Amino acid sequence: MLGDTVFWVLSVAAVVSGAMVFRFDSMPRATYALLLSLLCVGGLVIQLGLDYLGVVVILMMTIEMAIMAVFMVMFMMNPAGLMPMSMVHNTKGAAAVCAGVFAALAVGILLAPWPGRAGTMPDADPTKALGLALMGPQMLTMMTLGVTLFATIVSTVVLATRRGRYDRFGDDLRTRPADDPVRGGVGR
Amino acid sequence: MADTAPLGAVLAVPFALAVLATAAAGFDAVLSARAERGSGGRALREAAAPMRESVRLLGQQRRRTNAADPLLGRLGIALVPVAAVLAAAVLPWGWGAATDPAVGVVWFNAMEALAWAAVWLAGWGPNSALSLIGGYRFLAQGLAYELPHMFALTTAALGAESLGVGDVVRAQQGLWFVVWMPVAFVVYLLSAMAMAFWGPFGQPLGRDLAGGAVLEYSGADRLLLMGGRWLLFAVTAAFSVPLFLGGGNGPLLPPWLWTLLKTAAVLGLLVAGRRLVPAVRMERYMEVAWMVLVPLTLLQALAVAVVVRNR
Repeated sequence: MLGDTVFWVLSVAAVVSGAMVFRFDSMPRATYALLLSLLCVGGLVIQLGLDYLGVVVILMMTIEMAIMAVFMVMFMMNPAGLMPMSMVHNTKGAAAVCAGVFAALAVGILLAPWPGRAGTMPDADPTKALGLALMGPQMLTMMTLGVTLFATIVSTVVLATRRGRYDRFGDDLRTRPADDPVRGGVGR
Repeated sequence: MADTAPLGAVLAVPFALAVLATAAAGFDAVLSARAERGSGGRALREAAAPMRESVRLLGQQRRRTNAADPLLGRLGIALVPVAAVLAAAVLPWGWGAATDPAVGVVWFNAMEALAWAAVWLAGWGPNSALSLIGGYRFLAQGLAYELPHMFALTTAALGAESLGVGDVVRAQQGLWFVVWMPVAFVVYLLSAMAMAFWGPFGQPLGRDLAGGAVLEYSGADRLLLMGGRWLLFAVTAAFSVPLFLGGGNGPLLPPWLWTLLKTAAVLGLLVAGRRLVPAVRMERYMEVAWMVLVPLTLLQALAVAVVVRNR
């Protein structure tokens, strides 16, 4: 009974706040509505018995959305996302695409030959099982993923930054300390 | 799920945390008064200053600004104390925590991370440039402290081979973690101050911004934000006791008394030590955190992993 109540409250809150992302007229409100939706999803994951994954969803999404709000405000036109703005455009085309995707997914769910459940839930700690899976059979995937993500981060920063090493260290790369507009704490 | 407290104790958690935070704030006020007026007998009266200030704020009018976003602003304000109390749910008080889930350390980290959203939202709310800059400052500070902080937490969990706070305490029945994880302990204390945007890391609410994120708030709003900051500071400082200082473990005295003594010692050290260090700006701390603290904490985690692997 309590479990059902929690499930429905979290589910409805997740869907409603997800929809509100497109109803709000302010970038921060839309971003934090999305965060609320994701926090509810984190709660649902905890309810599935996957405590670690659920709490990590809450942790990562909070930090990610807090940073994303900054980027959303920063990169919006109409002077930045600081002003009220509409969150939707091309409404008719988007509605058609949404309806199509929803129909395709629903048909897929109904028509897919789902396998029956094999065995019962293992007694072992799901956190440990997850760790063993990631560090065992999925090790190669995770290593590739990690390096790819890291390379993406580095290349994005390289592309985004206006100043390179010649700006910092001079034409012969010999200026010490570096000529930075904002000095860091290490004193390089 | 051992050590789970009865319902009464669960309901007492917010009040216990508030008492702890008020005591720390009172100690801070006494030290400030002594620094200003010398060691006269009257400095001790300032211990009640946080209470007086709270009552004063409760009677104050709420300030309204033009074209504000009160929904997000108040949400941010309320999130600060709420995050602190939720984090305190897994804090062991010596006779057991309100709850001791298997992923308690991660839960604590997740609740602290709510401060990221809270301070920025509080800064965004009043439609004021200076308070928004305060919010942005906290996000920059968060990017600096969060990674070393997570590695410090990971190191403690690694030493106990468990993410449960109760297990971390039990693993320190012999040797406290602070002895063989000193780097993680120091980094943890630094990030505890940084995430409570308090003391040397108080730039998001800095004087150069006329108060930063809290600039436009008065009355109950200000009380929740400033009081919530003390709650957050108290809970993060207190959590260093189960993580690194052996929790309730100690000779002769009962566990709750040991926990209280150690918590008071950590809080006292931070409150008194804050006067010895200058304000740390987030861009400076960013480079220190990523160039020095991240490698140091990684090495510390590696050393602990080797020890754990070989025992």
